[in-house]
Amino acid sequence: MSQMVQQALDGSPPTEGVVAHRAAANVTTPARSRGEIALIALAFLVAGALLVVPVALIFAFALREGLGAYFSSIAEPTTLHAIGLTVLTAVVVVPVNILVGVCIAWLVSRFRFPGRQVLITIVELPAAVSPIVAGTVYLFLYGGQGLLGPALQGAGIQLMFTVTAIILVSLFVTAPFVARELIPLMQQQGTEDEEAALSLGANGWQMFWFVTLPNIRWAILYGAILTNARVMGEFGAVSVVSGSIRGQTNTLPLQISQLFNDFNVTGAFAAASTLTLMALLTVVLKSALEARAGWR
Amino acid sequence: MAQGRSKHLLPGFGLTLGVSMLYLSIIVVLPLLAMLLKVGGMGWEEFWRIVASNRALAAYRITFSSALAATVINGALGLLLAWVLTRYSFPGRRLLDALVDLPFALPTAVAGLVLVTLFAPIGWYGQLLEPNGFKVNYTQTGIIIAMAFTSIPFVVRAVQPVLEEVQVELEEAAQTLGATRFQTFARVIWPTILPAFMAGCVLSFARSLGEFGAVVFIAGNLPGLTEIVSLLIFIRLDEYNYEGAAALAFVLLLAAFVTLLVTNALQAWQVRYAEKVR
Repeated sequence: MSQMVQQALDGSPPTEGVVAHRAAANVTTPARSRGEIALIALAFLVAGALLVVPVALIFAFALREGLGAYFSSIAEPTTLHAIGLTVLTAVVVVPVNILVGVCIAWLVSRFRFPGRQVLITIVELPAAVSPIVAGTVYLFLYGGQGLLGPALQGAGIQLMFTVTAIILVSLFVTAPFVARELIPLMQQQGTEDEEAALSLGANGWQMFWFVTLPNIRWAILYGAILTNARVMGEFGAVSVVSGSIRGQTNTLPLQISQLFNDFNVTGAFAAASTLTLMALLTVVLKSALEARAGWR
Repeated sequence: MAQGRSKHLLPGFGLTLGVSMLYLSIIVVLPLLAMLLKVGGMGWEEFWRIVASNRALAAYRITFSSALAATVINGALGLLLAWVLTRYSFPGRRLLDALVDLPFALPTAVAGLVLVTLFAPIGWYGQLLEPNGFKVNYTQTGIIIAMAFTSIPFVVRAVQPVLEEVQVELEEAAQTLGATRFQTFARVIWPTILPAFMAGCVLSFARSLGEFGAVVFIAGNLPGLTEIVSLLIFIRLDEYNYEGAAALAFVLLLAAFVTLLVTNALQAWQVRYAEKVR
């Protein structure tokens, strides 16, 4: 990595002289000890071996037969379809999650009512269970032998092994994602601004639109980014409810798994590289948002 | 809104309560209820036969011991990363900080694909390890590595904010009074970060217990040897053995519920502790 990039990332020039100068100016900053250097080196070694090398491997394997093979792997109809289905799921799930997350956060952070703690636990539970359990509970609701499945099938509605089931189970696993970011922030911000707006004659929607929303918009974006990453990457829950029909109900993670099981290594890694780009973008946006404001 | 009648100062209680309850009922409660009904309908003996079968017991043992090992690894690595990220300023610190989140953002299937390729006999890591008799793929070590990879961020992100808050004055006081660096850490810093560290470990453990995507790629999935509970549920579903799947899913749900309660208790402890110190 070049020094320029290092400086940009760190925000401080890494030259020896400046460090020495800082040490002289500020007595509480001792010169870098041997132990300190060893720990920093160890941290980079761990991060390199566990995080950087795996990402490098994805692109190395995806591109090992050249750019042409890479793009034709991605342009494979079933892979293209999987990409489309994954994007569609995220496009539906993320906005729903934002709307409901704001509702839940407003309710929990602004009011005290009986059952509040139970509600918080219900919101949190889906993220705590195994994704396989998430898929299984949906099977017992909408499956052929499920609670509502037979009645729905009688009415001509088939939910299991369809895109609807994928969307529903994605909503389940990401239930707490936006609310979880908003609740502590809104509790910390308090209600003074909102009460002031109301006392100045704003109605409920005006208060929400002009006072609440501007205060929480970055946290909403943050929650939306995390929701998106989870939805696009969900494997266990979707693998139970989707039926994994190639070109029909295969999301990208399922497609990767099938390609790998077919020994189509380049295809699997090419498909994986698209999700890896999404993950890298997620990490960059997340860290930019955290750096932007001291709200976290 | 008629002000005298409403006991709440701010508007929107009815609307948000209605939307939240309706949504959570349809998306979360109803499916859970469907499974609980399935479990409730099978009778105690049948339930016990399934959850205490030899194959299930082996799966619990493998899942639990692997998750524990992964948590110990992540406890150590998490503490190291959190310490370096909060205590030292060095070039590339923000890059390192951002990298820590990668396992959360990277889909588990991609993680599994990468790990099984890295540790294959001709893989980048496998060709260094296998000649020395250290086999990862299709062993419990592989399960542990997959679980550890997907839950790296938990301990780091739990400890980091608390470590930032540790008062420098306390450490300086300890050092002025003649404490060595190690004593300062053991007596001053460690007790302060302990609740957060434990909370991070519990979250990491819970995630490892439920991890599926990354593990199935690398585990080889041999019953009694490398078969985790999530996979056994998946196999039961594939066999249309819905009772078997429901009973085991109930066990995992119970485990998730317990870890959630423990996490909440630890967080409450942490808040009380922070207030006492202040």
